[in-house]
Amino acid sequence: MRYSGFNVIKQALTGHKGWTPAWRDPEPKRHYDIVIIGGGGHGLATAHYLSKVYGQANVAVIEKGWIGGGNVGRNTTIIRSNYLLDGNEPFYEFSLKLWEGLEQDVNYNAMVSQRGIMNLIHSDAQRDAFIRRGNAMILNGADAELLSEQQIREEYPFLNFNDARFPIKGGLAQRRGGTVRHDAVAWGYARAADSRGVDIIQNCEVTGFRIENGRCLGIETSKGFIGAGKVGCAVAGNSGRLMAKAGMRLPIESHVLQAFVSEGLKPVLPGVITFGAGHFYVSQSDKGGLVFGGDLDGYNSYAQRGNLPVVEDVCEGGMAIMPMIGRARLLRMWGGIMDMSMDGSPIIDRTHIDGLYFNGGWCYGGFKATPASGYAFAHLLANDEPHETATAYRFDRFRTGHMIDEKGMGNQPNLH
Amino acid sequence: MIINHPLLGPRDSAEFVYLGDASLIDRPDPNAEDRDVAFHDYAYLRDNPAGEHRELWFHEGGDRSWLVVTRNTVTHEISNVALARDVARARGRSK
Ligand SMILES: Cc1cc2nc3c(=O)[nH]c(=O)nc-3n(C[C@H](O)[C@H](O)[C@H](O)COP(=O)(O)OP(=O)(O)OC[C@H]3O[C@@H](n4cnc5c(N)ncnc54)[C@H](O)[C@@H]3O)c2cc1C
Repeated sequence: MRYSGFNVIKQALTGHKGWTPAWRDPEPKRHYDIVIIGGGGHGLATAHYLSKVYGQANVAVIEKGWIGGGNVGRNTTIIRSNYLLDGNEPFYEFSLKLWEGLEQDVNYNAMVSQRGIMNLIHSDAQRDAFIRRGNAMILNGADAELLSEQQIREEYPFLNFNDARFPIKGGLAQRRGGTVRHDAVAWGYARAADSRGVDIIQNCEVTGFRIENGRCLGIETSKGFIGAGKVGCAVAGNSGRLMAKAGMRLPIESHVLQAFVSEGLKPVLPGVITFGAGHFYVSQSDKGGLVFGGDLDGYNSYAQRGNLPVVEDVCEGGMAIMPMIGRARLLRMWGGIMDMSMDGSPIIDRTHIDGLYFNGGWCYGGFKATPASGYAFAHLLANDEPHETATAYRFDRFRTGHMIDEKGMGNQPNLH
Repeated sequence: MIINHPLLGPRDSAEFVYLGDASLIDRPDPNAEDRDVAFHDYAYLRDNPAGEHRELWFHEGGDRSWLVVTRNTVTHEISNVALARDVARARGRSK
């Protein structure tokens, strides 16, 4: 059923009895052309673009829990394309363009809201770095705007302009950035893929791969063996654990990242704001809650909860730039498991095993990447060639020295 | 998390800096034939287990010793703490 204003009115007049489930709940077939492991944003987006753009409909998405239960439903929903390096910026700008057309593409209201993102500048050196970043963005077709201190005062009068330690000297804005309703992204892609015949199989854990003579023939799951021409893995924080079943060690560590939501408030924040002198970022959801977060806890973790030192650190960051946040009460906090790569950038590549493909290493920026990641992974799975925006996301870049290290931190995943 | 330091007793993990997998103690032989591959694997690849993990923590806000902490990455429970120096010596390193 197509979702439209007409249908909403029609259903309202007929007691809402005509709505059908948004996707089927099929039993797995014995064999698919392509099986995608992981029903997060990336796996579901991959299925959508495979079926819509690449004409592949004999596809299944295998999810161990329920779709949207992983990071796609745990993140702070920020989308942007404000990267510096060549390997990244075209990819993220491609993603932002896909976000702009997403709701029409999948016929689902994902509440894509281009309310803008603004990174604060606190020193002259930081201004230089941000001007350079803004220029790199513009060169790649993205938008960027340098804001003076005066402009920041006018647009964000509630910020702390009296901080002698971290004075606000300006900002780098990307007006096309913003937020998206995260679960709706999973649901929208799932519904669109399902409508074209993709099987979305929930509560089905992948427990192993069947690999013979260097070729992956399918997967072992809690619902039995499922044969596949090609297998694509997109399990985010569980990448290390899953690929170990194929005998692979990855340039990835799993770390926990926390997020926080305050009680609902009247509209106070015009968009997304990030602190440039510490790690803190905040936006306001449409329900009114202030959604904010900061650093990783910093140690390997598969627990979807963090510890108190980071709570303190994040709240200090908030108080430093936006003292009014101290008046809001915290409603909820939670954690998600991040696939932190060795250079802070992702991998979308074939593995050394024929028929086995990998998508991961998204660190804490993978939500904004969802459409482009799905598109590029679908391209790779369908054509055995990387998508033009994802050619740098190779496994062997650590061997050849072509790391994409935005922060210049080296092989220390908890610092990216 | 509380780390039970072998010399100083229970300390808040916030006093420490985390490095990563304790296998970083075992530096490859720089003169071996396969050193390129060995150093790539050493520097970039990780087991990243869900469960017991041996890892290096540096007591920056304390006595500046390196520790090998055995911790469960699913529950965050710490089962063993040793001085990295002792672990390295037991593995044949001179210091
Ligand atoms: C607190 C927090 C804040 C964040 N904020 C942002 C942000 O503001 N902007 C941004 O761009 N990014 C953000 N991120 C990062 C972003 O959420 C992730 O990078 C992205 O969602 C990962 O891709 P995914 O949606 O496919 O992952 P997931 O939703 O985690 O999907 C992976 C799926 O694989 C399934 N799976 C795992 N193992 C198996 C198995 N063996 N068999 C079957 N299925 C399996 C899991 O159950 C899961 O559903 C944030 C993350 C967190 C935790």
